[in-house]
Amino acid sequence: MAKVTVDGIEVEVPNGASVLQACEAAGKEVPRFCYHERLSVAGNCRMCLVEVEKAPKPVASCAYPVMDGMKVFTDTAVVRQARRNVMEFLLINHPLDCPICDQGGECDLQDQAYAYGHDKSRYGEAKRAVKDKDIGPLVKTVMNRCIQCTRCVRFSAEVAGTPELGGTNRGENMEIGTYVEKALTSELSGNLIDICPVGALTSRPYAFVSRPWELSKTDSIDVLDAVGANIRVDARGPEVLRIIPRINEAVNEEWMADRGRFSFDGLKRRRLDRPWVKRDGKLVAATWPEAFAAIATKLAALPGDRIGAVAGALADAESTLALKDLMAAYGSNNLDCRDDFAAIDTSRPDFFRFNTTIAGIDEADALLIIGSDVRREAPVLNARIRTRWTAGKFPVGFVGPRGVDLTYPAQHLGEGPAAIQAFAETLKAAQKPMIILGRGALQRPDGAAVLAAAWALAEQTGALTPDWHGFNLLHLFGGQVGALELGFVTGKPLAEMLAGGVDALWLLNADGFDPGRIAASTFVIYQGHHGDAMAARADVILPGAAYTEKDATWVNTEGRAQRGRLAIFPPGEAKEDWRILRAYSEGVGRALPYDDTGAIRARLADASPIFARVGDVLRGGCADTTGPVGGPLTDAAFVLPIPVYHQADVISRASDTMAQCAAVYGPQPAMAAE
Amino acid sequence: MSAPVHEEPTSFAFDAESEARIATIIRRYPEGKQASAVIPLLYVVQKQMGRQTGSAWVPRVAMDVVAERLAMPPIRVYEVATFYFMFNTRPIGRFHLQVCGTTPCWLRGSDEVLRACKDAGALKGYGDTSADGLFTLTEMECMGACVNAPMIAVDDDYYEDLDYESTVKLIEALKRGERPAPGSARGRRSSEAEGGATSLTEAGQG
Repeated sequence: MAKVTVDGIEVEVPNGASVLQACEAAGKEVPRFCYHERLSVAGNCRMCLVEVEKAPKPVASCAYPVMDGMKVFTDTAVVRQARRNVMEFLLINHPLDCPICDQGGECDLQDQAYAYGHDKSRYGEAKRAVKDKDIGPLVKTVMNRCIQCTRCVRFSAEVAGTPELGGTNRGENMEIGTYVEKALTSELSGNLIDICPVGALTSRPYAFVSRPWELSKTDSIDVLDAVGANIRVDARGPEVLRIIPRINEAVNEEWMADRGRFSFDGLKRRRLDRPWVKRDGKLVAATWPEAFAAIATKLAALPGDRIGAVAGALADAESTLALKDLMAAYGSNNLDCRDDFAAIDTSRPDFFRFNTTIAGIDEADALLIIGSDVRREAPVLNARIRTRWTAGKFPVGFVGPRGVDLTYPAQHLGEGPAAIQAFAETLKAAQKPMIILGRGALQRPDGAAVLAAAWALAEQTGALTPDWHGFNLLHLFGGQVGALELGFVTGKPLAEMLAGGVDALWLLNADGFDPGRIAASTFVIYQGHHGDAMAARADVILPGAAYTEKDATWVNTEGRAQRGRLAIFPPGEAKEDWRILRAYSEGVGRALPYDDTGAIRARLADASPIFARVGDVLRGGCADTTGPVGGPLTDAAFVLPIPVYHQADVISRASDTMAQCAAVYGPQPAMAAE
Repeated sequence: MSAPVHEEPTSFAFDAESEARIATIIRRYPEGKQASAVIPLLYVVQKQMGRQTGSAWVPRVAMDVVAERLAMPPIRVYEVATFYFMFNTRPIGRFHLQVCGTTPCWLRGSDEVLRACKDAGALKGYGDTSADGLFTLTEMECMGACVNAPMIAVDDDYYEDLDYESTVKLIEALKRGERPAPGSARGRRSSEAEGGATSLTEAGQG
């Protein structure tokens, strides 16, 4: 540790820390553009100049290591003048047109110009003009505004692992770009918008839409992948205008995946905004009482055993619990939340959780990925793996289809389950080995055997010890784990229910399977927010709320319960999902024993302890190494569950932005042979 | 005579001569640090293009080949290739006339040298390539031959102590396909003093 005095305040910082970090430890603000906590140090903007005792000139604090006994001054006349001069140089080529810039109001350069800018420009010559680059449908560029801090270059090379941005040419002619015009291939490209300190990289869908002060900001949780990134939903009136990440070191640090960030325009399209009831084979608009009556009449005539319920990928914990309780009131225990037919074993929570936890990846020293394209299934989690890999001594094995680029080198062991043994020696040699099993790897007839084999490998290689749990299941969506935690897997399994095992099927956001598999005679109640394929098959449609439209609890792949909050109201007559179920139960005389959010959450906390510690996850070792029950294992090749990253769920499938992305990045139509 | 047209090639592969050179270059760097060889390899590319097409430049496909050979992202190669002036990222003429215009050369008459290049090479000015595709004229900053100013570099060869006439003579020789010996146009040995050696004049002191 080194003792450093910053403006008379003594702080202790680790050896090797920078002066800037010491200033922050002392609570002193140092302006900066190029410096970013999570990126390497570039030291090229010169805005963070401070004075250091006995140094002849001001020093760039971000790139200057501390020394014991150092005295730093952040607010002297010299420092202020130096920063003013740096600012003047930055503004020479930067357009002075904040009123027409999309970054206006949330721009680092604008803010710092208030503190260090001259009141007028002394520069009379022609400004530099730089051609805008087309880097895809998500990130808009206004290259005249670029101050060449190179944060985007470092982000794409270091965090995203897709080194496609760079600074070409030199001096006055230097430009940031891809040189060969192309769309960035990262699933984390939206983060470039956040890290760009000026208006050079802005959001294309949000271009000229709003100013930051016009937005109502609501803290929430991203559910379009199972990482559970902490987000802020920015809305104006009835519309979500953008979604940006919040910092949560244990989950998403400060990054966010593109699908979660840019799918929100799907919230306005193909929405179910009123109940529908099928009459004479045709869906007709109905009122809530009519829809409820249609269901009540049907269900009243059925024994409990002939009723089933399925919770899907985007169902929140409250409504899943309410549906479970409603089914219990009807005497049915036919529940299944595995609407993708993944053979998940719910007998113990650590069979389906990401037990190492996302933060635990930092400690692991070997990794085997089975049947999961982590980069496209959980981009933020993949960035964390990449960061760990960058730190060194981290062998990674991959079992799955060929040609998957995870952004870090992974040894391709094979395409089917038999290949996992090939990595056993590497895992055994590691102190804290990790196995990530993709949920997609369980969506096959021998899924249970795959799960058992992966667990057995973990046990056999020492990944399951009293203080390290190296077995991880990576889920795909934010609603999947909550239902598993609530034990929404009892009675007849989904395949049996679909094949005529039940006469009435209540689908809560269940869009994971082909509606054609439902037996023709089955009465289908679809409760959800998008009129996707499943809604078309329904006999009654109950319009629910999407994740931005309700106060709800979501559980990420680690088993971490987090609260999403209502940012906008559901459209039309759509309602919060658990309230729909509660209202229905009342009408049929089987009232559920809760009628406000506090009560249902208390019930949640009783149902599973994870809901009693919202935001937290209990991390521990593996107390019981007995594995799940498997079966005969075949060596069929693994198939990835998400063929098109940008269109994986009902919201992103309804999104125009995502459709554009799919057109740019998706598989291109094959050219006719000449 | 019409100029040969140099277009961005669709593919690039190192020839045997380049491969031999690359083997020597890559050996200089420790295992895993091959990316350090990016500048020498780009230079090899440029030489090969000069040999094969008569225009010593670095096409984009060749940068990709270099990136693959050195296991580095293509953008890192683009950055290097566009940063350094000695890599031509666009096709140039058969001979690259690089005129030094920095103060010592300018004081000693580089303007005359430039005029001679324009006249004899039929060039409009800096950045121009002659209609016959023989010459490209570029202004360079100091190339470190100030003692023998003014000078121009033709590709890799320095021609020094020039004036209008000697520059014209040089360019005419190049047109005829000759390659005059590099060095002083006045027959000065390396950068000896103007009037001959003034010290170390006796033999046998070396």
